[in-house]
Amino acid sequence: MIQVVNLVKRYRKAERNAVDGISFEVGGGEFFALLGPNGAGKTTTISILTTTLLPTSGSATIAGFDLVTEASAVRRTVGIIFQRPSLDQNLTGEENVRLHAILYGVHSYAPAFRLMDAAYRRRVGDLAGLLGIGREVFDPVRTYSGGMRRKLEIVRSLMHDPKVLFLDEPTAGLDPPSRRSLWGYLDTVRRERAMTIFLTTHYLEEAEQADRICVIDDGRVVANGTPSAIKAALVDEYLLVDADDRPALLVELSQLALPHSGSGPFRIPLDGRRTHQVLRAIETPLSVVRTHTPSLEDAYLEIVDKPHA
Amino acid sequence: MHEVSAILGIAHRDLVKLLRDRARLISSFAFPLILIGVLGTSLQAGFGTPGGFNLLTFVFTGVLAQTVWQSAALGVISLVADREQDFSQEMFVSPISRYSIIFGKIIGESLVALPQALAILVFGFAIGVPLSVSVLVALVPVAFVVAIFGGAFGVLVLSNLKSQQSANQIFPFVMLPQFFLAGVFNPIDNLPWFLDILSRLAPMRYAIDLVRGIYYSSHPEPVRVPLLDVPTNLAIIAAMFGLFMIAGTTLFVRSERNR
Repeated sequence: MIQVVNLVKRYRKAERNAVDGISFEVGGGEFFALLGPNGAGKTTTISILTTTLLPTSGSATIAGFDLVTEASAVRRTVGIIFQRPSLDQNLTGEENVRLHAILYGVHSYAPAFRLMDAAYRRRVGDLAGLLGIGREVFDPVRTYSGGMRRKLEIVRSLMHDPKVLFLDEPTAGLDPPSRRSLWGYLDTVRRERAMTIFLTTHYLEEAEQADRICVIDDGRVVANGTPSAIKAALVDEYLLVDADDRPALLVELSQLALPHSGSGPFRIPLDGRRTHQVLRAIETPLSVVRTHTPSLEDAYLEIVDKPHA
Repeated sequence: MHEVSAILGIAHRDLVKLLRDRARLISSFAFPLILIGVLGTSLQAGFGTPGGFNLLTFVFTGVLAQTVWQSAALGVISLVADREQDFSQEMFVSPISRYSIIFGKIIGESLVALPQALAILVFGFAIGVPLSVSVLVALVPVAFVVAIFGGAFGVLVLSNLKSQQSANQIFPFVMLPQFFLAGVFNPIDNLPWFLDILSRLAPMRYAIDLVRGIYYSSHPEPVRVPLLDVPTNLAIIAAMFGLFMIAGTTLFVRSERNR
């Protein structure tokens, strides 16, 4: 559904690339998460993929349409929830949705809700009911809570039945209950429509729900795969041991053909070995035994926290 | 059909916004009335008819054109504010032509400018500016032409702006000099050569002269007031409109996508 090849973006007057040669693919119907810390290049990537920003080099297609030369076809294919709300506060919820339907050619212009075609009125009613904003949909957006605004943006973005829905940090600034109900709703929508979802986030727990995660940092892809594959690739499990008689321990580790590093304490990568088996095999009395088995979150934080060059 | 519908949708949004913003509604009516009522009347009282024509009428026609033209121009420049509030993202990711977005905005802001023209005409009538029915009828389409022309100028200014703040900063340089170069209050047929060049470059000049051409054809003064005839003004306006639209939209879209 989405193919990105060697995408590079350097902003004008910038000294380095905001996106530095990233490549990935997203399959149809997949829930794909682009994960990375602030400033990693997530929003830049999503802006290029949604045709609001031109790439410096590289190429990308969505549903077979080239982003640069067939931008209009791409725009028809995708829906977008922006990082910052893009509702017009002076209009009512319904007026925002109506303008969207008109801009995408789903329904033709009419000066008032009553005058719009019946299909449109029914649809707005259904969607608003589903979100529990049946009455508020005719109130100005200014009076909405943050969570309601986000939901309205989702309703709006679904009006033209996009094949791919982009969500750029959609839960930023939402309280936990709103966040949970938003995800519940998105999940329903996704299952009903078999839609591809492209999410950017810096919350790991949101990305963990995805079919596939692509971790980027400093504009480069650090890891790409299923959450469990990412965990295997990123998470470095090892055993740290030391003994009063270091030379004896060193000889023994070599005899047991256990890979190790350091000059004491020694680091033994686990690579699928069981901690218990390793420890049982060692006869030299140990003075230090420590295990390092980080969670996915620890692994992610290690990537994110490392000092930037 | 889709594009026409989209243009109407965008224009509709602008009109709705105006009607809901009471402060803007009041201030947009108050300023031209002050200009005509205070400035026009006091100029007429102070100077009489030195050029052989009535100064109140002269200022009235000038302010009518200037208000409509400027209102549409500033309205289009408000796309910058949309960009800051991130509403423009919603329009710019939609599959309609960039020209339709800009054109919809111009139509919308022109519709916003027209009620002001109406208010000025009513006010002019009240303070005794001679207004025949035929002039009133002719001024409606002319005001729309002036508004659309102002909107196109707004696009050109917009394409060179980064933020609402810079929009506010350039106002004294782009709009204010045109008040005088275009002859809202002052006759400009006798300017020194360097001001004459600037005056001929000021787009507002042709909007004002067009309105005066229509007005004075029905209410002639002893001397000829308009500088050019109506067809010539229309031709110049059409040429400038095309230029502003193409250059402005191209530059605007490029600066949006090519950051």
